[in-house]
Amino acid sequence: MLRKLLPHPFLTLTLIVVWQMLVNKLTLGNLLLGTILALIIPVITSPYWPNRPKLRSAPRIVEYVLVVLWDICVANVQVAYVILFKTNANTKPAWISIPLELRTPEAITVLAGTITMTPGTVSSDVAADGRSLLVHCLDAPDPDVVRDEIKTRYEARLKEIFE
Amino acid sequence: MLIDILISACLVISGIFGLVGSFGLIKLPDPMMRLHAPTKATTLGVGGALIASMLYFYFVVGNFSFHELMITLFLFLTAPITGHFIAKTHLHLLHKPADLPPTGTARPWASYESDAERQRIEAEQAAENPRA
Repeated sequence: MLRKLLPHPFLTLTLIVVWQMLVNKLTLGNLLLGTILALIIPVITSPYWPNRPKLRSAPRIVEYVLVVLWDICVANVQVAYVILFKTNANTKPAWISIPLELRTPEAITVLAGTITMTPGTVSSDVAADGRSLLVHCLDAPDPDVVRDEIKTRYEARLKEIFE
Repeated sequence: MLIDILISACLVISGIFGLVGSFGLIKLPDPMMRLHAPTKATTLGVGGALIASMLYFYFVVGNFSFHELMITLFLFLTAPITGHFIAKTHLHLLHKPADLPPTGTARPWASYESDAERQRIEAEQAAENPRA
């Protein structure tokens, strides 16, 4: 019974918090409206999430978010440097293929998003069976280094969180 | 006084990165490389403006505003998706499978697998493994 009413307790909690932040003013009415929405939306959307993964450890998620935020700051400076101080002839773009150990679709989505947000890489496509990612690098004299860094820095952490 | 300097610094940083990102759009030679400039340089550009706005509302106006955090969250959710769409369009229009590295698996990159082929493989897998 409780599972039917609350298919996603975390989603409900997130929706309540996001609603309060959007309204930006904590009143009883807003809290009530947010709670009603947060109860209805997960029930309506639950058919779209048939096998959602379990998130393993909260400290790991916080660590991952901090690592990614830091990398985004570094990425901005690196990309700005390439744009401003490297001639186009000296910039070596490359396509790389990253074999994936992750199998959960949600984890692969997070990895692809992270790759797009961080140093000089954009994820462009996934293999039809979901076992490797196609990534474009803005400036990669040595593509193997980029692949190893993505695998150790992001994929290993995501594997601990999702699988 | 100190807070004014901090807010100004955030705005200047944000302006510089926004400008560099836009300059990258003109300077870089091909569409895939141009995609890098707006997805990255702009993140810190927008981020700087949002931090400045939060500092201003907290220290000068005197109430804490959550809207900037929400904008950051939505930006992080949507920027990769837009980038992915543009990259996919680019793959379909201007690239051939031979230009790309191999997938390392039995099947090609998803953009180049025909619908008929995918349906055939998925039907085969469903037949082998009825519960999955």
